[in-house]
Amino acid sequence: MLSPVVDPEGAPFWRYAAQGELRVQACADCGEPRFPPRPCCPHCQSFATEWRRMSGLGRVWSYVVPHPPLLPDYAEQAPYNVIVVELAEAPRIRLVGNLVARPGARLDSLPPDRVRIGAKVRVVFTDDGMPQWVYA
Amino acid sequence: MAGLKDATAIVGIGRTAFAKHLPDDERTLACRAVLAALDDAGIAPGEVDALASYTMEETDEVELSKAVGFGDLTFFSKVGYGGGGSCATVAHLAAAIAAGQASVGVAWRSRKRGSGPRPWTNTAVQLPTPGQWTRPFGLLRPADEIAMLTRRYMHEYGATRDHLFNVALACRNRANQNPAAIMYDRPLTREMYMTSRWISEPLCLFDNCLESDGALACVVVSRERARDCRQRPVYVHSAAQGLPAQHHGMVNYWNDDPLTGPAWTAARHLWKHADFTPQDVDVAQIYDAFTPLIPLSLEGYGFCGRGEGGAFTEGGALEIGGRLPLNTAGGGLSEAYVHGFNLITEGVRQLRGTSTAQVPGAATCLVTAGEGVPTSALLLRS
Ligand SMILES: [Zn+2]
Repeated sequence: MLSPVVDPEGAPFWRYAAQGELRVQACADCGEPRFPPRPCCPHCQSFATEWRRMSGLGRVWSYVVPHPPLLPDYAEQAPYNVIVVELAEAPRIRLVGNLVARPGARLDSLPPDRVRIGAKVRVVFTDDGMPQWVYA
Repeated sequence: MAGLKDATAIVGIGRTAFAKHLPDDERTLACRAVLAALDDAGIAPGEVDALASYTMEETDEVELSKAVGFGDLTFFSKVGYGGGGSCATVAHLAAAIAAGQASVGVAWRSRKRGSGPRPWTNTAVQLPTPGQWTRPFGLLRPADEIAMLTRRYMHEYGATRDHLFNVALACRNRANQNPAAIMYDRPLTREMYMTSRWISEPLCLFDNCLESDGALACVVVSRERARDCRQRPVYVHSAAQGLPAQHHGMVNYWNDDPLTGPAWTAARHLWKHADFTPQDVDVAQIYDAFTPLIPLSLEGYGFCGRGEGGAFTEGGALEIGGRLPLNTAGGGLSEAYVHGFNLITEGVRQLRGTSTAQVPGAATCLVTAGEGVPTSALLLRS
C-alpha cells in the first residue's frame, strides 16, 4: 500500500492522525478552515495557523469503485470503494478515504453496493495512523 | 484596443500516423509533425522564430530547433497542466505575434503514451500535493479522480450512463469516417458500451480516451502574412486560459463548487472578446480524455444551463446534422489521445472544409483543452 508522501504543510495532519485525532488546518486570525493545508490564509492572507479538532462526523459526497489495472496492493483488493467525505462542521472540507466494515478492515471489507451519497459516516484510524470511515 | 481578435491565423497543420505503437521516438515524431505543418503552410523552417508547447513535452526547443533547422528564435513558451495546455500553445503564439515579438510560430505536441509508461503506475515518485490526500486511499489514476466528479454530477443532475454513451458514440461515429483514426474500423454499439468492463465505476472502458503514440503541429502567422500562404487561413478569433480561484487540479473536491471547473473561467474571457455566441458555433472540438468532460464543458462554455449537459447530448445533438457536431475526427476517445492537439488540427480542417466528417459550411469552431485542470480554449473562424 502507498503511504502518504508528506509535505511540510501537511505534516501536522498526519501527526495528529497517528494520535487518533482528525484535525484540519484553520486560520488563527479569521478562523476559516482550509484544505489542503498551505502556508497562508486565502481569505485574510494571515500566516497564523491552528489545527482544529473535528468531530470526525461527515457525509459521503461522492464515491468511486476502481477496478484493475491498478497498483498490485490495490488490485488485490479491487473492486473497493473510495469515498469523498464532507465534514459535518466544515461542509467544504472534503476528505478522500475509504468506507470500511470496521476499524482496521481492508478496503474491500464493505460491498460497493452498500455505499450511498449522503450517508452519515464517522472517522476511525488504523494502527498505523491512516484515517478510515465507518457508518455512523 | 484590437487585442487578439483575428490578428493571427493558423496556416499550416501536420501530424504523424496515430497508433498504439510507432517505432520512432518522441523527438523524431515531433520533427516529422512540425515539418509536415510547415510544408502545409508553404513556409521554410528557417523562417520560424517562435515556439510553444506543453511543459510535459519532452522534445526540447533547442533540440527541435537544431534538428529541423529553425532560424533565430525570439519567443518560446511552454504551458503547464498536461492536456490543459493544448489551446494555450496557439494562444501564446498568437499573442506573441500580435505583439510583434515574432512572426512565424510553431506549436506542437509529441507523445508516446500508447507504448510508453503511465506516470500514475510509478510508486517511487508521488507528488506530495495532492497525492498525500488521495493516493494512499486507492484513488490512483486520472480515471478515478474524474469518476468521483462524475458520480456526484449524476447524483445532482440525473445525468445517466446513456448520456455518457452518447458522447462516446458521437466520437466513435466520426472516427469511423476518418481513416487516420485508431478506431476507424471499429464501430461502437450501446450493447458494447453497457457490457464493457469497468475502469472506475461509474466509468467504463469506453468512457476513457485511447493511449496513443503520435505527434501534431500547427503554424501561426499574422493576418497579413496569412494571405500569402498556401492554405486558406483559419483565424484565431478569441483565446483564453482558465485557472479558477481555489482550483485544485483533477481533484477539485476542495473548491467551493467542484462541478464548475476551469471551463467556466476560460469561457468568460473567451466570449467576452468574441463577435459571436455559443449559438453561432458550427462545430466543436471539446477535450475528451473522459466522456463526462463533455457535459461539464458544454455547461461551462455556455451551450446549455448548469446541470443540462447530459440532456444536451440526447437526440443526436453531437452527431453530424445535430445541434453541435462534436470531435469530428473522433477526438481523444476514438481518433488518438495526443493531449488534445488533434482537436486543434481538426478544427482547422473543418474551417478549411477538408474534414473527413465535414459540417457543411462550417465557419466557426470552438476548440477546448482539458477540463479538470487549468485549461485553455480557442474560437476559430474562417
Ligand atoms: Zn484568515
